[in-house]
Amino acid sequence: MNELLLLMKNELMVTAIIFLLLFIKVGKGMSNDRLLPLVQTLLLANLVLGCFFNQEGSLFGNMYHTTPLIALQKSILGLGVYLISLVCSDWLKKTEHLAEFFLLMLSALLGMYLLISGGNLLIFYLSLELATIPVAAMANFDLDKKRSSEGAMKLILSSAFSSGILLFGISLIYGITGTISFSELPQLADGSSLFIMAFIFLFSALAFKLSIVPFHLWTADVYEGAPVPVTAFLSVVSKGAVAFVLMTVLYKVFQPIESTWYLLVVILSVASMLIGNLFAVRQQNIKRFLAFSSIAQVGFILVGVSSGDIGSSTAVVYFVLVYLFSNLAAFGVATVIAAYSGKENINDYKGLYQTNPFLSWVMALALFSLAGIPPTAGFFGKLFLLTAGGSKGSYIYLLIAALNMIISLYYYLRVVRAMFMDKNETPVPAIQTGASAKLGLIICGIGIVLTGMMGWIYDYIQSLH
Amino acid sequence: MPNAINIALIPLLPFAGFLLLGLFGKKFFGKTAGLIGTALLLVSCLLAFQTAYEYFFVYGKVNGAYQQFVPLQFVWLQFSQSLSIDMGLMIDPISVVMLVVVTFVSLMVHIYSLGYMKGETRFPVYYAFLGLFSFSMLGLVLASNIFQIYIFWELVGVSSFLLIGFYYEKPSAVAASKKAFIVTRFADFGFLIGILILSYCSNTLSFTELIQRLTTPGSAELQTAAGYSFLGISALTWGAALVFIGGAGKSAMFPLHIWLPDAMEGPTPVSALIHAATMVVAGVYLVARLFPVFAITTPEVLEGIGWVGAVSAIIAAVIACTQTDIKRVLAYSTMSQIGYMMFALGVSKYGGEEGLGYTASIFHLFTHAMFKALLFLGAGSVIHYVHSNEMKDMGGLRKFLPVTHITFLIACLAIAGVPPLAGFFSKEEILLAAYQHNQAIYYIALITSGITAFYMFRLYFNIFWSKPHHPHGEHHGEGGFVMTLPLVLLALGALFAGFIPFGTLVSSDGKPLESHFHLSFSIAPVALGLAGIFTAMALYKSQNEKPARISATMGGLYTAAYHKFYIDELYLFITKKILFNLVGRPAAWFDRNVVDGLVNVTGNITLTVSEGIKKMQSGKVQQYGIYVLSAVIVLSVLFIYVW
Repeated sequence: MNELLLLMKNELMVTAIIFLLLFIKVGKGMSNDRLLPLVQTLLLANLVLGCFFNQEGSLFGNMYHTTPLIALQKSILGLGVYLISLVCSDWLKKTEHLAEFFLLMLSALLGMYLLISGGNLLIFYLSLELATIPVAAMANFDLDKKRSSEGAMKLILSSAFSSGILLFGISLIYGITGTISFSELPQLADGSSLFIMAFIFLFSALAFKLSIVPFHLWTADVYEGAPVPVTAFLSVVSKGAVAFVLMTVLYKVFQPIESTWYLLVVILSVASMLIGNLFAVRQQNIKRFLAFSSIAQVGFILVGVSSGDIGSSTAVVYFVLVYLFSNLAAFGVATVIAAYSGKENINDYKGLYQTNPFLSWVMALALFSLAGIPPTAGFFGKLFLLTAGGSKGSYIYLLIAALNMIISLYYYLRVVRAMFMDKNETPVPAIQTGASAKLGLIICGIGIVLTGMMGWIYDYIQSLH
Repeated sequence: MPNAINIALIPLLPFAGFLLLGLFGKKFFGKTAGLIGTALLLVSCLLAFQTAYEYFFVYGKVNGAYQQFVPLQFVWLQFSQSLSIDMGLMIDPISVVMLVVVTFVSLMVHIYSLGYMKGETRFPVYYAFLGLFSFSMLGLVLASNIFQIYIFWELVGVSSFLLIGFYYEKPSAVAASKKAFIVTRFADFGFLIGILILSYCSNTLSFTELIQRLTTPGSAELQTAAGYSFLGISALTWGAALVFIGGAGKSAMFPLHIWLPDAMEGPTPVSALIHAATMVVAGVYLVARLFPVFAITTPEVLEGIGWVGAVSAIIAAVIACTQTDIKRVLAYSTMSQIGYMMFALGVSKYGGEEGLGYTASIFHLFTHAMFKALLFLGAGSVIHYVHSNEMKDMGGLRKFLPVTHITFLIACLAIAGVPPLAGFFSKEEILLAAYQHNQAIYYIALITSGITAFYMFRLYFNIFWSKPHHPHGEHHGEGGFVMTLPLVLLALGALFAGFIPFGTLVSSDGKPLESHFHLSFSIAPVALGLAGIFTAMALYKSQNEKPARISATMGGLYTAAYHKFYIDELYLFITKKILFNLVGRPAAWFDRNVVDGLVNVTGNITLTVSEGIKKMQSGKVQQYGIYVLSAVIVLSVLFIYVW
């Protein structure tokens, strides 16, 4: 019993918060001004809890498995949700159904926790669904906007479709090997054509969640339609979780067919970087812009994933942490501006620096980090990804990745230029950023600067392997 | 053992001053900003003296030789098991001497500026910059590894850029600070590559390990390094030479010296700090820091250093004879004196009596800091009084600026090498070292010392004698106590610093060196020095036609020297004409026709492709499903049948 409490502490904590929210909702209810700080505090407590008593262990006959590294991955996701609750608080306060919003978001988070810790294909499938369906409901949260409902509808339909393919793949695997347990699968995998097909089916479901090209088509519509906090959640937390589980699946379960998945990952990552970048160049809407740029970023994560040693999984975890700070800072600024002025176009950001220097600096820092300019953490993140990817020795691949970094530099700097250099007769008026949003942005900014400077973070992640 | 906290405080106090004054200076401190900066530096200076005392007389000497200590070391960035960047403090004879020099001169400049910069609107900012500069310089001095020295090296560059460009309303000041920054940046680029080569060869960044690995014959690192070469020159030679180029840029060695005279646009006390005692000797310090590597592993580079130093010394001295801006005279004089220090290192060997040049170089660095800072501050007082840098606006000032006059005279005598002032002793040692190892350089140095005496006294007589001075308008004299006190203190240094038995403190291998005094050897340089002084006296003590006539007869040589041997023009020619026409034009053509063409083609392709893909992005969810399904099928087919 004690072991259960300790190993599943984060899952239990999140479940407790979910129930608390449910009781509040069923009972008298609570005003947003009081509910939001409460949830923020609880999320912080969840984060703190994640720092202690981390040990290795399995439960329920190996269906649930955790290690200190997995605990750290959960903490990173928890940090993402906490930061979203901070930076998006201006939007959250205005929403009518705050309790439900967090209910859904935390359910999805719970799904991700279980996904990372899952020890067999059944848990894998169930938790992947738990991590997706609530998000579709969240995407619909701008109730008076048609685009929001449209995005939600597209998300649920597309993900149902990809779930179908996933289930097909899982049943094929079960048919070939007679097991669904992660620990037994590697011995029984035979590398036959059927097995490879099953693997590709399973992989495509993960690729769909990560919006890797060519499984990315839903991304732009959903990102644009959904409220900014949901977009942020989808592009940061959800992607981080799937990137983590992708490594477990590839490195442990499909270890026997490494040469196949290496090639697959390389092809898809090149496609993602190229197409993501080509699209991002043309976007005018800041959310669509960030959506496509995040496709390119995922392509980069795959560069790190491809080599499959300790260095690469360290680099990926590190990059997700950095990416979380940078992207949430960018989304945070976008939310603040959207919440106060309703403006979402890059052209509206012209001359932002004159009226909102703080927001402009945070945004610039975030974009620099996303573009990978030293000395921001994004630079180190990409550097580690490239070195990890380089350990297999395919230098053409690295060259393509590096070239894509340069292309991305162009469009990230375009936004910076709009904010700092372009003149605008009617810039966005000066915005009084709320205290918690400001706190969130400052945390992100500090994260962007310090994560790169402090080498021990990388060491720490590596030591957990 | 060294007290790590005290030593760490020496650079950190000025940095605290920088933060305090930089952030809150304008709002809260205003006029008291100067006092705060000065007080912090005073503490720093006292700590430096205490450190020096304890190192040299309490714990530094073990088994008859001064040891290196690293009292503080921590990992700053850990990239992998084998590669980490550390930060640390290194205490050894040269760093301790530099600590004393830097903090003392910086303190004098801080005090002096209280008077000189009074009434400036950006007074607190000025002190903040001074603090930043002192911090960077002290960090450079204390650096325990080669990467750390590079970081502070760049910081020194940045803060000197800020200080030179302090009068940013003046276009010439801005241009000068830009020039200084850019020229030294070029050199720093060489420095960085040199660092990379050396650390790659030795597999470490730490000075102690690097020197140990690269100087032990037959060490594993040395043998691997011997395998690399480029253009027929070994990698280590390249590394050492590139590191020296970095040093030459900062120390204004020929032909990278062109920024130094222009940098005189900054406030005069800044010149005293940066261009006399601290930043410009950083190159000398760097060579001294890596001296065993130069002396044992790459003696050919060291010989080159000797020649660069000697050539710089004499060229700068000749140019100095013709300049009319008093600060420019001092700038060229600095370059010439640093040339002395460089070639002293160049003619030295490692260890024992053979290492006399090393001792002499650091000794001269020490004494030069005293009298050159004094000269600059004295020049500052003169400029403060007459509001001009030009000699023609001066003359007959000895009655009006008595303290400045006496102290300036002391400094001139010191630099001219008149016994028993400080410059005499250090210069004698340098000449002796040159005499023993490289006769050609010795004669160059001997002639230079005569020229030095001449141009210094040309300066002195032109300022204080020459024509009578007629005061007009209201004058504020010598600027009061705060401006005369540093002059007096530095003059005491210039008078007595020579009596320090330097050889027993600083030597190439840490073992004390007996310095012998050869009376007969001193006759030639002293005689030449006196001859220089008397020539200057005859020509410039009172206003007359002789100098003009002489310069007329010298004709071409004079004009060439007056125009600094056209080196600036040469740079302009190379950059404007050759680089622009031969490289720039074709590059522009290539850019217009090929690169732009490529970019346009890429842009068109991008547009076409994304138009094509855009059709995929139709917004229809059933189509998305079809695409996903076909992607899965295509991938499956590819992986099952093709690979």
